[in-house]
Amino acid sequence: MIADKTLPDVSRRSLLTGGLATGFLLAFHLPLRAAVNEPEQPRDTTDGKFAPNAFIRIEDTGRTVLIMPQVEMGQGIYTSISMILAEELDADWAKVAVLHAPPNDQLYANPAFGLQATGGSTSIRAWWKPLRAAGASARAMLVQAAATQWQVEPASCTASKGEVMHAASGRKLGYGELALAAQAKTPPKDVPLKDPKDFVIIGQPLKRLDTPDKVNGKAVYGIDAILPGMKIAAIANCPVFGGKVGKVDDSAAVKIPGVRKVVVLEDTVAVIGDHMWAAKKGLDALKIEWNEGPNAKLSTNDIWQHLRAASAKDGVVAKSVGDIVKGLASGDRFEASFELPFLAHASMEPINATVHVRPDVCEIWTGTQIMTRVQSEAAKAAGLPVDKVIVNQHLLGGGFGRKLEPDMVVAAVKIAKQVDYPVKVIWTREEDIQHDVYRPVYRDQVTASLVDGKVAAWKYKVAGSAVLARWLPPAFQKGIDIDAVDAAVDAPYDFANFHVEYVRAEPPAVPTGFWRGVGPNNNVFAVECAMDELARKAGKDPVEFRRSMLTKNPRMLAVLNLAAEKSGWGQPLPPRVGRGVCVQPSFASFLATVVEAEIDDIGEIVLRRITSVVDTGIAVNPDTVKAQIEGGLVFGLTAALYGEITIEKGRVQQSNFHDYRMMRINEMPKIEVIVVKSGEAPGGIGEAGVNAGPPALRNAIYAATGVALRRLPIDRKLLAAGKKA
Amino acid sequence: MHMATVLTINGETKSFDAPPEMPLLWVLRDVLGMTGTKFGCGIAQCGACTVHVDGKAVRSCVLPVSAVANRAITTIEHVGSTPAGAKVQKAWLDAEVIQCGYCQSGQIMAAAALLAATPSPDDSDIDAAMAGNICRCGTYVRIREAIKQAASGRQS
Repeated sequence: MIADKTLPDVSRRSLLTGGLATGFLLAFHLPLRAAVNEPEQPRDTTDGKFAPNAFIRIEDTGRTVLIMPQVEMGQGIYTSISMILAEELDADWAKVAVLHAPPNDQLYANPAFGLQATGGSTSIRAWWKPLRAAGASARAMLVQAAATQWQVEPASCTASKGEVMHAASGRKLGYGELALAAQAKTPPKDVPLKDPKDFVIIGQPLKRLDTPDKVNGKAVYGIDAILPGMKIAAIANCPVFGGKVGKVDDSAAVKIPGVRKVVVLEDTVAVIGDHMWAAKKGLDALKIEWNEGPNAKLSTNDIWQHLRAASAKDGVVAKSVGDIVKGLASGDRFEASFELPFLAHASMEPINATVHVRPDVCEIWTGTQIMTRVQSEAAKAAGLPVDKVIVNQHLLGGGFGRKLEPDMVVAAVKIAKQVDYPVKVIWTREEDIQHDVYRPVYRDQVTASLVDGKVAAWKYKVAGSAVLARWLPPAFQKGIDIDAVDAAVDAPYDFANFHVEYVRAEPPAVPTGFWRGVGPNNNVFAVECAMDELARKAGKDPVEFRRSMLTKNPRMLAVLNLAAEKSGWGQPLPPRVGRGVCVQPSFASFLATVVEAEIDDIGEIVLRRITSVVDTGIAVNPDTVKAQIEGGLVFGLTAALYGEITIEKGRVQQSNFHDYRMMRINEMPKIEVIVVKSGEAPGGIGEAGVNAGPPALRNAIYAATGVALRRLPIDRKLLAAGKKA
Repeated sequence: MHMATVLTINGETKSFDAPPEMPLLWVLRDVLGMTGTKFGCGIAQCGACTVHVDGKAVRSCVLPVSAVANRAITTIEHVGSTPAGAKVQKAWLDAEVIQCGYCQSGQIMAAAALLAATPSPDDSDIDAAMAGNICRCGTYVRIREAIKQAASGRQS
């Protein structure tokens, strides 16, 4: 790997403070051949290639291998990143292949975080400029190489689709033919980037690079790793948060055919077998006594009492404009609190990691959103230097923030240390749901006053976990979790007196982490629910009410107007059918969504139609943007309709898809997503739809029934015919 | 104590040792190394493990191998050789259905079985055939569209 000479410095600070904070998205592609049980992934070598920087390798055949600093979890990032590089490189798209980057913060750290992490709808925003610069620099070197060979001025040459041309003489050379000569050139600095009007790849709905192998079983996810001599482990984590293993009687388990070994760790018991069935049978046959520890009586009620008490306190001021005390002293007063539950991630690929610990090396096969942290944490667990830990990245079968944590790899290393063969540790769905790092419970309080039909003062207080304080401590400054208050401080409306506070409240015992949509999940819900209630209090239509306070926010106003038009806002509806709107700033994108829903007489909900309009700036791949909004809406609506993790006796009560439900195809309405043309810098898109669904649905229910829900998931009992708020 | 089990998978005869109650899913993945069929829940709630047995979509995570001896098993690796499977795969790519892709082996197997039995499904046929398959990325609207495209032969 050569050192990168062309990558411009990107200020992490500017991203973290630029309104996008930290959301996290989720991701996939494998190297075209990255799997262990497939032909081996070619290593990233620079031998005999044009390797101008850390991201581009052009072989003498013209094959153009692009190295992906962000991971593919389904969000299409391998394709979008390749499009950005290929655009400025003027590559031949048909010759592009992708390779996952190895763990290396120096070369591949996400500029938004300073570490190699994929999440928070940062990938395109953080890499937009550096990758364009990398592509442009490489292109300039290829042009120089051709110009030298032809003895002409570089400025007289052009490049297109993987070839350099000299129009005056009609000569041309392919990038493959120029690879060796270009490698001898010095990467130029400050190469001008294309004018967006000249883009030929960016902005096109190109087909994804990762999907062909996903229709025929060839795509290889972490859970698909197969190694010579590998065994499979199933695990039981202590069912009580913070508990430990007491005694283990494995006398029956070890007699089960195919069971190889029982491994007892501090808080986990693993059974290693020839296959998952033997491992699971072995686990079922164990008699385990747990030392349940201090949380054995913990319940969800305790946690809510704790959070409500915390949210009664004053918080740290995250933003204050005007005079909130004076503002609240006049006008028509409104107060409401909104509560959101714990949620599990439940990516379709259950948690897994395959590890082979040898005396001098620890090798890992997994799909992670956080490559370098996996490497460093595995090194600690293995007792080896970091450079003796090899991480083989795979496609992720969903990530949603769960795989921003390294815990599953650390546990797998501890298990694999006990044997001399490779072990694939697979969590059952039950372990996955019951030992997650959960989306925190949040309580958001809104206190506002109305004067002349507009919000004159808006006081907003968030109480909940500071995930960022644990996950990226340098980003936690002055007691403010910029993720937890992200969409609260960035509320899109023109409020003359505006005040946001944050109370850090860590739930007892329950680990909390990022969950797709991240901090704005709590803020967008509470802000948009409160706005609907305020509109009603003011006697205004919800869209009209919002418009009147968006006059200084033209991009937001434009998407709202278009969403209202496309959704048929204002047109008559049958009884118990309503439309609800949500507008939100989202990781430098602007989104307006209208959900239309029917609530039947027993309170069950039928989604009829969803319209979402997004201005994400330049849409690198507009079809991917649409897909992310569609999928995000489903993710968020699933949470609104069903999502809640509850705890009794220190244990998570849900365990699998029968009691931690997901939306299914028969519940889906039509979704229309409109991507507005824009020349602004690209915004983030992975989280946006997730945030939009719950408040838009809740507001549709409010319109249809008059019931102002203040908690999720939606309680159908409150919605039966005849009930009023 | 295991007896050799013989199965017909994708037209080939496979012989291996496994306990008779072992689910087909783990035989495919851990014994035969065929990883296209996915583990999602283990209790027939999500459909990620869907395969065809005599052309019908079944959940391999709860299907004992002893129940499928002498039956024709088709997996995602081979479904493209069936007319319905090939149409579904093409429509899935034309409509760009897939995101993470982990559930899509099962979705494609369910859709191929649907089209083989019901060449022109309406929305309720699609709901009935596909509601057992969870997609966490939320690709449902495109799945519905792709099934209709595959049925009609039209392009997106």
